[in-house]
Amino acid sequence: MIPDLLLRPWPWYVTGPLIGLFAPVLLVVGNRVFGVSSNLRHLCAPMTRGLDYFAYDWRGEGGWNLAFAAGILVGGWLAGVVLRNPDVVAIATATRASLEALGIHTFAGLAPTEIFSWSALATARGLVMVVIGGFLVGFGTAYAGGCTSGHGISGVADLQPASMLALAGFFAGGIAATWWLLPLVLR
Amino acid sequence: MTRGPGLAAYFAIGILFGIVITKGEVISWFRIQEMFRFQGFHMFGVFATALVTAISSVQWLKRRGRTLTGDAIVIPPKPIGSGARYAVGGTIFGLGWAFTGACPGPLFALAGGGVPVMFAAILAAMAGTWTYGLFRSRLPH
Repeated sequence: MIPDLLLRPWPWYVTGPLIGLFAPVLLVVGNRVFGVSSNLRHLCAPMTRGLDYFAYDWRGEGGWNLAFAAGILVGGWLAGVVLRNPDVVAIATATRASLEALGIHTFAGLAPTEIFSWSALATARGLVMVVIGGFLVGFGTAYAGGCTSGHGISGVADLQPASMLALAGFFAGGIAATWWLLPLVLR
Repeated sequence: MTRGPGLAAYFAIGILFGIVITKGEVISWFRIQEMFRFQGFHMFGVFATALVTAISSVQWLKRRGRTLTGDAIVIPPKPIGSGARYAVGGTIFGLGWAFTGACPGPLFALAGGGVPVMFAAILAAMAGTWTYGLFRSRLPH
């Protein structure tokens, strides 16, 4: 029997400070700048010939980060499967109502299974949300040179103006997609 | 620069990070929707407190800190250039973030954490990154 305390989700005031600590920890451990999106480049590099962007020593530059990403996968399994929260994610009632109005009916787990499952991948909305969405994540982070961790945490922690601009872009895009594109895709 | 620890150390730190973002629900599509609709405080509380710890610790490290092997802390600057890559690339990523409900870290956590279809999203993200590599010289930076 797993104690309830281990299954429960963590509040923002526990999660936030812990996330912020990964930037200094990786710097102290080996002068590594915390960021995850470079792994998409490191994963493409061994399979690609003839493009400058992928012609670099991906093992030397990216080995540590690929190991870090593999760890995230295992950590996700421990916290999301082994110690799975049995309750629905406690989002605001207003959000639940907004999503129901868009035709979302399953609220169990971390993401709605009616969109984020293998069977839904064969539907138009599943394909757009997972595949087009994934493509935009990969293209956008490569173009911007970082993601929520690399720019949003590491870059902002280093007080880099470029990262603050990127973070503003993340929110502009996310708000635009939520308010204008999702109603078109989901309905 | 002195050699740092082996891959096992980064793997272990990655496990901890995966646990934190999963238990903190920042990888949940529902939480991301709540954030972009400004209907809840959770994600904003996470961002604000994460930035307080990250900014204060990183700024201290840059001035006084050393790595475990005694080297100075070095963070390569990000030249802003025209800013186009950050504004446009950032916005494109933001669209994908709202669709998938995940940035790259959460993609890996979700793939392992009970939403295996996210492996397809990782492949699609690799295709996106590859496409950027193909067109990089023709895009404004």
